[in-house]
Amino acid sequence: MNDEVMIKTIDLCKYFNKNIHALENVNIEIHKGEVVVIIGPSGSGKSTFLRSLNLLETPTSGQIIFEDVDITDKNVDINLHRQRMGMVFQHFNLFPHMTILRNMTIAPIKLLKMPKEDAEKAAMELLRRVGLEDRANAYPSQLSGGQKQRIAIVRALCMKPDVMLFDEPTSALDPEMVGEVLEVMKELARDGMTMAVVTHEMGFAREVADRVIFMADGAVVEEGTPDAIFEHPKNQRTADFLKKVL
Amino acid sequence: MSGLGAWFADLKADFILNFIDSNRWKFITSGLKNTLFITLMAVIIGVCLGTVVAIVRSGYEKNYAEMKKGIKKYLLAFVNGVCKVYLTVIRGTPVVVQLMIMYYIIFATSRNSLLVAILAFGINSAAYVAEIVRSGIMSIDVGQFEAGRSLGFDYKKTMIYIIIPQAIKNVLPALANEFIVLLKETSVAGYVTIRDLTMGGNIIRAATYSAFMPLIAVALIYLVMVMFFTWLVGKLERRLRNSER
Repeated sequence: MNDEVMIKTIDLCKYFNKNIHALENVNIEIHKGEVVVIIGPSGSGKSTFLRSLNLLETPTSGQIIFEDVDITDKNVDINLHRQRMGMVFQHFNLFPHMTILRNMTIAPIKLLKMPKEDAEKAAMELLRRVGLEDRANAYPSQLSGGQKQRIAIVRALCMKPDVMLFDEPTSALDPEMVGEVLEVMKELARDGMTMAVVTHEMGFAREVADRVIFMADGAVVEEGTPDAIFEHPKNQRTADFLKKVL
Repeated sequence: MSGLGAWFADLKADFILNFIDSNRWKFITSGLKNTLFITLMAVIIGVCLGTVVAIVRSGYEKNYAEMKKGIKKYLLAFVNGVCKVYLTVIRGTPVVVQLMIMYYIIFATSRNSLLVAILAFGINSAAYVAEIVRSGIMSIDVGQFEAGRSLGFDYKKTMIYIIIPQAIKNVLPALANEFIVLLKETSVAGYVTIRDLTMGGNIIRAATYSAFMPLIAVALIYLVMVMFFTWLVGKLERRLRNSER
């Protein structure tokens, strides 16, 4: 981790139907190489916040500075910036009509114009790292949930992103499969990937996060090191929430 | 036994009269050729035009509310409006009437009835294909779309590589049904002087004053074609499905 700011949000607001305030003036900085874990009760806006970072949700107002570019600017080609932001979804969202290898190589081939052989070589290398090289020619429906999510992670990595966004990556998994996905994420963190993770896995937050952000009602209530948040929460709402989930 | 023998002899005489004499079978084969040609061309127009209309319609339904004000938003609203009028008019009027309007009014100066018929049937079929494909697009989980966009694909590429292939696969049975309907609907092509399969049978009937043989033959040929096509689509469907297991 260093001081270089990767993503910065300035007064980020998101309103649904004018009167539902999903995000209220969120100001967050994510530094290069940092692992930021966002926790909070459901409906607190943490997923909306994460999805705003690559504009899957269009903010109502505010700015998102990604690698020194304001990506909320109308003249910015968001597709180019999204190529450098990997995203992992709760429901995996693998493409069911493509093999695993195709799932992983279609974006580098079509968007980065990478030669097919190179893309496949890189994909196989990533598959080896997550122990799924024998499933390269399988289809998503043939995999377990944990396997699907590991594939979803390496699919995003195939674009060589600068930051990875995880939107509740283990929430749709059977309990026995959570570990294998978290293990991949831990390895990624160890390798220095910049990560923003929305999760209910407090163990993961405590162990891996450089910083924990607690959100409620669309606003950042408290942020700090895992130790500060989990052991000495300053805010009463943080304390109440942690009491319920720990 | 002799009753049955006499019946067969009658049938044979009838067959010879309707198909062998004066080479009347040629009305059937050349008619069949026209029917197949019109259907094939109309299917191509129908699928292409229908998919475009479906993309406009589903694009409007999915994105309009979230779009920023600007020329793009108004353009989409306008094109969507045009598509809606098109769908309403085409699906609200009989294909025979559309065919005759095309031939006697819009292309009144053209005597190329085959081309006019292809256009009329293609435009007609596209309206139904559009609604089928649109339902297919809308049935794809929004997560698929988000996954595509999050990798950096723009709207168009997400549609082409991720959404449309899945949508088409989901609606293949409905599309096949539309092709079958189209094949049979071309039987009204005779209204604009085209000698299609139905017209071929009718010409023979008028010449021989014998209705049974030519009309049953025409019906059988349609039936066989539809059965063959149904079988073909079933095979294709199974192959597509197997590719995911």
